[in-house]
Amino acid sequence: MEMSTTFDVLQHVMVPDHKIMSEEEVSDLFSTYQITHEQLPKIYHDDPAVKTIEATIGDVIKIVRVSQTAGRAESYRLVVRRPKK
Amino acid sequence: MTSPKRIGKIEFGLLSPKDIRKMSVRKIIWADTYDDDGFPYPQGLMDLNLGVIDPGLRCKTCDNRAGDCPGHFGHIELAKPVIHVGYTRLIRKLLRVTCRGCSRLLLSPEEIKKILGPADEFSEDLITEKDIKKERVCPHCGEQQLKINFEKPTTFSEVWTEEGKKTEHKLTPADIRARLEKIPDEDLRLLGINPVVARPEWTILTVLPVPPVTMRPSIILENGQRSEDDLTHKLVDIIRINQRFKENQDAGAPQLIIEDLWELLQYHVTTYLDNEVAGCPPARHRSGRPLKTLSQRLKGKDGRFRGSLSGKRVNFSARTVISPDPNLSISEVGIPLAVANEMSVPVQVTPFNIEEVRQMVLNGPERPTINAPCGANYAIRPDRRRLRLTDINKETVAEMLEPGWMVDRQLRNNDIVLFNRQPSLHRMSIMAHRIVIMDGKTFRLNPAVCPPYNADFDGDEMNLHVPQTEEARAEAYILASVQENILSPRFGGPIIGGIHDHISGIFLLTHGKRWFTKSESIALLKHCTPSHLPDPEKVEMGVPMWSNKQVFSMILPDGLNMVYKASSCANCEVCKKELCERDAYVKIFDGQLICGTIDKKSIGAFDGAILNRIIRQYGMAKGRQFIDDVTKLSIRGIMHDGFSFGIDDEDLTRTEYGQIDEVLDTADSDVERRIKIYQEGQLEPMPGRTLDETLEMQIMQVLGKARDRTGEIAGRHLGLSNSAVVMAVSGARGSMLNLTQMAGCLGQQSVRGERIVRGYDERTLPHFKKGDRGADAHGFIKNSYKSGLTPTEFFFHAIGGREGLVDTAVRTSQSGYLQRRMINALQDLKVAYDGSVRTTGGRIIQFTYGEDGTDPARSAFGDPVDVKGIVENVLKEEV
Ligand SMILES: [Mg+2]
Ligand SMILES: [Zn+2]
Ligand SMILES: [Zn+2]
Ligand SMILES: [Zn+2]
Repeated sequence: MEMSTTFDVLQHVMVPDHKIMSEEEVSDLFSTYQITHEQLPKIYHDDPAVKTIEATIGDVIKIVRVSQTAGRAESYRLVVRRPKK
Repeated sequence: MTSPKRIGKIEFGLLSPKDIRKMSVRKIIWADTYDDDGFPYPQGLMDLNLGVIDPGLRCKTCDNRAGDCPGHFGHIELAKPVIHVGYTRLIRKLLRVTCRGCSRLLLSPEEIKKILGPADEFSEDLITEKDIKKERVCPHCGEQQLKINFEKPTTFSEVWTEEGKKTEHKLTPADIRARLEKIPDEDLRLLGINPVVARPEWTILTVLPVPPVTMRPSIILENGQRSEDDLTHKLVDIIRINQRFKENQDAGAPQLIIEDLWELLQYHVTTYLDNEVAGCPPARHRSGRPLKTLSQRLKGKDGRFRGSLSGKRVNFSARTVISPDPNLSISEVGIPLAVANEMSVPVQVTPFNIEEVRQMVLNGPERPTINAPCGANYAIRPDRRRLRLTDINKETVAEMLEPGWMVDRQLRNNDIVLFNRQPSLHRMSIMAHRIVIMDGKTFRLNPAVCPPYNADFDGDEMNLHVPQTEEARAEAYILASVQENILSPRFGGPIIGGIHDHISGIFLLTHGKRWFTKSESIALLKHCTPSHLPDPEKVEMGVPMWSNKQVFSMILPDGLNMVYKASSCANCEVCKKELCERDAYVKIFDGQLICGTIDKKSIGAFDGAILNRIIRQYGMAKGRQFIDDVTKLSIRGIMHDGFSFGIDDEDLTRTEYGQIDEVLDTADSDVERRIKIYQEGQLEPMPGRTLDETLEMQIMQVLGKARDRTGEIAGRHLGLSNSAVVMAVSGARGSMLNLTQMAGCLGQQSVRGERIVRGYDERTLPHFKKGDRGADAHGFIKNSYKSGLTPTEFFFHAIGGREGLVDTAVRTSQSGYLQRRMINALQDLKVAYDGSVRTTGGRIIQFTYGEDGTDPARSAFGDPVDVKGIVENVLKEEV
């Protein structure tokens, strides 16, 4: 098991908001963009933010960033296993 | 959205001797090519089974004629194995990690487990050369390992010490091959080698493929002699040596001779594969030219990859030197008649245009003058046969012409072409222009389009491409025409605009209040769009007079409202607005210039405030028209007064020279005084600085101030009557600093922002005393470019100048590489109709382009909406 850390990366100002999406949200997302899961951008399963929200491989994460030009920008990432070296 | 075909994986492997024999159609045993009748020898290098290149002959393998036969491989059975130079590093590695006795990997199963770690998927690793200690004992058979020495290009040997003496034993390719053969498949997998497709012994050649003749065709010279390809020459050498080797072997020749021949065979095979290997003299042609063998065909700029696959030559293109023509529109390009006559556009013959096209055919391929109607170079029959038009056959071809034919028509005025200047780093490097046929031999362009191409006229050449279909022309015009590219996607402002004389000219024209008579006003405006003069602003002694602001307002569209400060604004604490003595407060109401001077800020490339507003308010076409008008008006404006700069424009009066000397003397003594304080230990160091640093900073400050003071003194004398001042103030070229350095004093020369300190022991040059900290001894130049530099000053100036040159050289190479990598990473991405950025496979890179879905070229200098500009336009005052 991972050692529990005292520092929560999500609390840092530079780290955008990460949330695990529900199954309906994911299927909505796939139909809006007409994509399958493999066309999504990826994020590694051992990413600190992914570990903090306890997402597992195959989950889709919604990331909401503060954008200089758009105010708020949403993006979505599929959690994947970090490939072997 | 997924593409129909997808590459799952790519497997890289080696050709096994079995594969080579399988793909071979003929064993080649003779080094000869053609017999005396010019017929290929059977089983020779040009064997008819290997494909045909001579017309008339048929391939013995596929029965096709030259051109249809793809060519087929043959093979040579080598007398003894030889090493493939391309794999020497792999061979060396394998020899070093495996046992010389049993060929097993020199690690016990326990050690392997330790290196690879636990068998979980996260940390799977491969065994490398470093994991195995040198000269250890084999854990499998107990054999003592020896050091493997490798000597370029292909020599391997074992080294050991015997009775204190170093002994070396050469490994023959056969020895090596025997060792590699014995390496078990499992051990190879641990090293990252897939034994199914790449057994290591296949890196030692026992049989050599002979490439098809189609990839090494011989050419027949004018004297009827055949000249063979470099590859064929090399194969001849290989077969000869191979043959001799075999004979000697069969005859039981002494070991020494066998070894010599083996080495010779190795040399020929090595140079056949790569003729630029280190430690191996390149094989040469009889003339002394090194042969171009297999590796040389692929490598480098003119190699197969960079030269033939990524880079290709194109038809319908022209290249020549460029020169300026301010009378052209920015959307035009002037091309020489010779180019227009050579290049063509295909026209489909229809019942509607047949007479027009017939006339073109009758005009023939020789257009005599730039104003003559265009001719045609080729007629293409419905069966796609091309008829070259000549003065002799043009009448007959014109008769035959009917719908269904095509005619390659010569270029004529208003045809759309793509114009390009390298390095094509951004999209404005290729823009669509309409052509104007001109006398002369250069491409002509309006200097206002120099900034996007980054062109000047010191010998630059540019390329021109003629789109060949209606679709291509429409695409070029709609997407790439100059007027669509006035706004740069880099910063959301105009990149095309006035430069140099355009800015000086419009400044001189609009500065202050001037009056023009009717003929003067018409002369100024005669090349611009407006066709009627407005009512004169005043009538003096019965003569109607138009003000300069009125003349400029003629080219502004009605309804334009702007208020802003010009480049010449001095940023006074309290702006006097309309009463500004520099006339730098620009106010435009309803398309009338009320006050202010038009300069770089208003019409210059990269700034262009008026131009920017016109494009936002009236669209691209009006923007283009404004640039055309303003460039023509400004050139007329500068010609009205004349504009030049000479050496005496840098002259000052005796008073100013006296003042400058005084300033410099004071600075000198101030520096001396500070040095004295420092030497007496009285200097107070600044916080966080050492004493030396503090002194240096003080000296730099004193000298910097002195230089600026000389500039002020010079500037007091040089007013707007001086051309250099006009150029600096209007933003056309140069700065007041340049003027200071020409007329006042050059100032401190620096290396990395510090005074020059390097050179001799404790001094910069032998002309100075050791430890001299004074101004002159460390690169302060009291002279100006006008007065001329002393020898030591000149030397310091060269030191400072060198730094700038080195910086630019380093920067360009670095940014060039960065640009290449960016292009390679981004070239196939596109914005889909739903606003997302995707790869060709439909993978999403951004869910909304740039997070905000905004085209930067349509942004207002980066902001989505130009709130300030809109409010000012409505309120008609600065906010
Ligand atoms: Mg140049
Ligand atoms: Zn064939
Ligand atoms: Zn062993
Ligand atoms: Zn002002």
